[in-house]
Amino acid sequence: MTVADALLLGLGAVAVGAGALVVTTAHLVRAGLYLVVCLGAVAGLYLVLTAELVAWVQVLIYVGAVVVLLLFAVMLTRAPIGASADLDRPGLPALLVGGGASLGLAALLVDAYRWSSVPAPAPGTAEVLGAQLFRSWVLPFEVLSVLLLAALVGAIIVSRPDIGGGGR
Amino acid sequence: MTLTPEWYLLLAAALFTIGAVGVLIRRNAIVLFMCVELMLNAANLALVTFSRINGTLDGQIIAFFVMVVAAAEVVVGLAIIMSIFRTRRSASVDDSNLLKY
Repeated sequence: MTVADALLLGLGAVAVGAGALVVTTAHLVRAGLYLVVCLGAVAGLYLVLTAELVAWVQVLIYVGAVVVLLLFAVMLTRAPIGASADLDRPGLPALLVGGGASLGLAALLVDAYRWSSVPAPAPGTAEVLGAQLFRSWVLPFEVLSVLLLAALVGAIIVSRPDIGGGGR
Repeated sequence: MTLTPEWYLLLAAALFTIGAVGVLIRRNAIVLFMCVELMLNAANLALVTFSRINGTLDGQIIAFFVMVVAAAEVVVGLAIIMSIFRTRRSASVDDSNLLKY
């Protein structure tokens, strides 16, 4: 067992455990903090997969921005600090869907993408990824910048009651 | 024993399943968003693994795009949650039934 394998097992266990806690914990704030652990473990897995830039961007965007935003939302909606009892609803359909998704995805992915002996790609450093991004992915990149602008304007309009529909 | 990238795909499937079950069994809209983030992360992990399997960097670039879309989705979603909370005084998805026929 190599170092990468040990890291995969360890970080994978951390990610799955923290993810399960996000779904099962009764504390809203703790769910957010477990999400940080889970996303951090996934970032570590990106590093093991030699996707450096993706890993650091994951830490920046998800752990740094998205989770902070979610925790702010928890505070703004006056969520209770302690455990909330009515956080869950009946789980039988969810278990069916979850089991189906899990088995289906596992079978499909593992069967469709077997390990082949292609040489590993160059490590995904910022330089290599930037060159790829601005050579063959320019149009999606520009479209995404428009999407971000639209999301920004839309969020402001939706959340301001005096100019949007929020207060009615 | 050496682990093949199939293990990454299995891990991605497990994370996606956790997120999907979470969306179905949780009631608070913000926890729902956390579960959606889990699912998007599972997809990202699968994309980066595909990039490793295929020997190109395209999967990693698509993972970037997924992250950007996820950030936009969270921003708009939280604005909508705030707006609903302002009128309904509740962040539970069971209470927002305005569009229900």
